[in-house]
Amino acid sequence: MKAIIMGCGLVGAELATLLDSEENQVTILDLDPDSFERLPPTFKGEALIADGTEPEDLERAGIEEADAFIALTEEDNRNILATQMARDIYNVSRVLCRIYDPARSELYEELGLETFSPTRIVAHLLRQRLVG
Amino acid sequence: MYIVIVGGGRAGHSLAKTLLEEGHEVLVVDKRDEVCDEINEELGSICEAGDGCDASVLLEAGVERADMFVAITGSDEDNLVACQLAKHRFSVPRTAARVTNPSHEALFKRLGIDITVSSINLVLEQIEHDMPTRFLTHLVTLDNASLEIVQVKVPEGSVVVGNMVGQIDLPTGALITLLLRDNQPPQRPNGDTVLQAGDDLLVVINKESEEALRLALTQEAALETEAE
Repeated sequence: MKAIIMGCGLVGAELATLLDSEENQVTILDLDPDSFERLPPTFKGEALIADGTEPEDLERAGIEEADAFIALTEEDNRNILATQMARDIYNVSRVLCRIYDPARSELYEELGLETFSPTRIVAHLLRQRLVG
Repeated sequence: MYIVIVGGGRAGHSLAKTLLEEGHEVLVVDKRDEVCDEINEELGSICEAGDGCDASVLLEAGVERADMFVAITGSDEDNLVACQLAKHRFSVPRTAARVTNPSHEALFKRLGIDITVSSINLVLEQIEHDMPTRFLTHLVTLDNASLEIVQVKVPEGSVVVGNMVGQIDLPTGALITLLLRDNQPPQRPNGDTVLQAGDDLLVVINKESEEALRLALTQEAALETEAE
């Protein structure tokens, strides 16, 4: 599988490392070159200084051949813009969007975007631990 | 009309002012307190501080009864999300978004934003409209006098298609020196040469007659007949 990950934060770097170790073709994008230091030296994929909301940068990352696009920047709205572009302009078959705001996450689920809200997920996990 | 505007920067501020003057009911939402204070001071209490991408803020702004929703912040992603929220959560009949990055405009349209405004695309369209140089390319400027050599492509539907070179009403002093036609060696056209769509002509011309030459060779036949 060819996967493009937008955002090389803690989660992005971790996901890139996992997918890479499982022999997937991984390209990870971030505007901050320092963020790539989170990737292990064994990382065989591509790390690009690129803006995932910019068509030119997405094409440079090979979005036209990508099987999956995962948006993991810290900004919900940037993730929403980028994933809708990947889905509707570049026809990427699997698109995942991180949206911290649970209400916004719900709206885009209704609109057919595959989203996940870490806020909601973590809150549920914590509740489960506390109440059982 | 009741119009909700997200973004109270320079564009949002003057839009709100104009719409108020036209008699509309307007509410502006902006994240920045100081922006809201300024608008409220100048235009009356019409600005609420808050995130225009937040459903509860929009609800408070009465977006449910809005006839139109305009997202005019400097951030494309914020404008997109605000409009999608207004459209899909609150069923606002018409949504409009400012698009800063022109390459996002197609996506906004596809996602159902009713009106998109990209200032860069607008300027480009205007330039193209004012300077229709599409069929004329400058090749060389000749030192001598104010002459130049230009290449003109005869477009499909041009008034000169099927005409002999001798019949064309060329501007004074214009000289067609070479005819380039697909899959044929270059030829020097004479008065009997019949032009086809797609022909490339190399023309020596006085700079001032450039526009007249472009019109003579590229004007649409149908338009010409209508004019008569």
